[in-house]
Amino acid sequence: MLGELPYFAVVALAAIGLYIVVMKRNLIKIAMGITLIEAGANLFLITLAYNGGDRLSAPVFTSQIMRLGEGSSYSLPTPHALTLTSIVIGVATTALLLAFIMQVYRKFRISEADELRRLRG
Amino acid sequence: MSGDLIDNLPAVIVAIPLLFAFATPLIGKLSVKLSRLWALLGVVVTTALMYILGWEVLSGDAVVKSYVFGAGGDGLPLIGDNPARIAFSVDGMSAFMGLIMATVAFGAVIYSFSFVRKYSGNDKFFTLLLLMLAANFGMVFTGDLFNLFVWFEISSVAVCGLTAFRSNRGEAFEAAAKYLIYSTVAGLVFLFAIGLLYGQYGHLNINYLAGAIGGQEEMMMVDKIALGLMVTVFALKAGAVPIHMATPDAYSEAPAPITAMFVTASQAGLYAVFRVSFTLYGGNLDITGNLIHIAGWVLIILGILSMFVGVTMALVQKDIKRLMAYHAISQTGYMLLGVGVGLTVLGTGKFDEFGRTAMTGGIFHIFNHALYKGLLFLTAGALIYKAGTRDLNRMGGLGRDMKFTAIFFIIGALAISGIPPMNGFSSKLLIYESVFSFNPVIGAIAMLVSLLTLASFVKVFYAAFMGPRAKGMARGEVPTTMLLGMAVLAGMILVFTFAPALVVRTLVDPAVNALAGSTGRTDASLTLLTGQGYWNAIVFGGAMVLAVIITLMVRMLGNKGTTAKGEGKKPYLFGNSTEIDGRPIVIPGSNVYWGFTKALERYYRPVEKFHSGIVNEYVFWFVSTLGVVILAMVVL
Repeated sequence: MLGELPYFAVVALAAIGLYIVVMKRNLIKIAMGITLIEAGANLFLITLAYNGGDRLSAPVFTSQIMRLGEGSSYSLPTPHALTLTSIVIGVATTALLLAFIMQVYRKFRISEADELRRLRG
Repeated sequence: MSGDLIDNLPAVIVAIPLLFAFATPLIGKLSVKLSRLWALLGVVVTTALMYILGWEVLSGDAVVKSYVFGAGGDGLPLIGDNPARIAFSVDGMSAFMGLIMATVAFGAVIYSFSFVRKYSGNDKFFTLLLLMLAANFGMVFTGDLFNLFVWFEISSVAVCGLTAFRSNRGEAFEAAAKYLIYSTVAGLVFLFAIGLLYGQYGHLNINYLAGAIGGQEEMMMVDKIALGLMVTVFALKAGAVPIHMATPDAYSEAPAPITAMFVTASQAGLYAVFRVSFTLYGGNLDITGNLIHIAGWVLIILGILSMFVGVTMALVQKDIKRLMAYHAISQTGYMLLGVGVGLTVLGTGKFDEFGRTAMTGGIFHIFNHALYKGLLFLTAGALIYKAGTRDLNRMGGLGRDMKFTAIFFIIGALAISGIPPMNGFSSKLLIYESVFSFNPVIGAIAMLVSLLTLASFVKVFYAAFMGPRAKGMARGEVPTTMLLGMAVLAGMILVFTFAPALVVRTLVDPAVNALAGSTGRTDASLTLLTGQGYWNAIVFGGAMVLAVIITLMVRMLGNKGTTAKGEGKKPYLFGNSTEIDGRPIVIPGSNVYWGFTKALERYYRPVEKFHSGIVNEYVFWFVSTLGVVILAMVVL
């Protein structure tokens, strides 16, 4: 049960984030919602790295896995790399999105998504 | 050519645009003019290398060029059972896409050379352009799911940066923000799908995953959900209805040469749809057959929706770039439809009967679309360059000065409408005939959409090129490099128009074989076999020339020296007067199809409401589509 707790957190984060992106009109809130979904995705990846067991070794040393022997658990190395990469990408997209939102506000004095609809139809 | 270089080409082709991209701003510090030349050099080198790689891969049978990052050369090193390195693998389909991307980028960068001169920030423009090119190549070369996600995001960032390039326009930021929200949410959904597959199988490499998925007793729930997620996400990137809404915004706000490349970036999304459904899930059809046939139906339905909604929305646009953007969506529908039909019958007897032809048509259409749509966006850019507006109602008479642009536009418009003998017709013919064997109703819709496409390009030609000169139009033709960029693409269209069977043999067949795991190529001839008939553009062109000559001869038989007099001299407009107060009546572009749109009012009202411009609703439609697709995958 406790081991599955992170998965519940993943679902909660993604669901709250998606709710914000779909329901909240404020553009900054939408950016925040996207960040929440992203947190959910990252937590999901990092949770996948722990495949149970109590003798978890550092992920990157293959020699250590061999030292611990057959049947011992280790934290998978790949999801850590994935999560790190996805965090970096997340920072880039969030920064870019906030810059766009700021520029939109400067040009039109609009911060609500339902008013920002010059491009439609 | 040394073997070493060829072995490393997949990585080099991605690395060179990246190197040139990040060096461009530095060189821009010295001189902006130099940075433009530098970027041009980067694209030329990349294109040349891509052609070499394309030759290597496409000339042989089932050649796959792999490059494993950080490895000594033989294969993927394993940790436990898991491949631990990122690999690029370039097969027929990847090389096919890469060639298209390189060619369009080449035309776009030449065109940009004088196009961007009137803006500031040239070096940043070319940085992002090269970054976008690298991301496009990365998306089609990679053999690793997570790496695909990374390139997907790089592509989004570069595309959005360029969409917002004209920072004096607030709409540019609006479009960029909407597209970025849309594609970021989609990217994160893809990340969840990657997580699901990784948690289940512990692989990220596409080939390993395909083996693991095909090697089970039966399909797991996780596989079905992951396929549904990935197909929808990449359909969004490709711009399929009903998850296309940010695409016309971004297409229309980006500068013209970028929009031309944007088309290939969307096609990278299309590539990913095909790669996931064919390569990742097509490893063992006994297990996955039912699932990917459903995926095929999903693609067909998305394709029909895209074709029809795209073209009807295009018909009522008055912004020339937005109109063309909706056409791009409509044409994407043909590709989804063709390949979707192939996927639906994959592994059954019907695949040889018509499925392969449908796939050939769909993939051939990717090639044709990139060329003519790239050309059309460049001509739109040229029109805007001279007219100073994108509103068709305010343009007029541009054909009087812009003769070359008008010719290029006609070439592109005939090709996109599938008028024989243009290249667009060759691929559409393959789609029509095979889809007709699959389901006659869908085949009929495909033909109807082509008619409407022609109708709306007639409107653009009428509104922009013909009539009296409108106020505020600059005189003269566009700068030479802009013409040169258009000429590159127009020339290719003309060449490939008369050799459709050769293109299918050399470029499309390897791509189809790489996806469907089939073998064989069409014969080396100029006649394209379509399954039920054949098509030879040279014979058709010859017949057309002959018909024109005969018509002229018949005309010469008539009485000479007759001229129209009196009432006969006046232009005829359905019996009505053609002048008001001595001035000729000019019907603005958006009124040309007034009757048609009025008759279809009950269709247009909800559809225009659907494109509401509110980004929350866009995301809501994306989530709903995800839900429907996953439900279809799981339940059926």
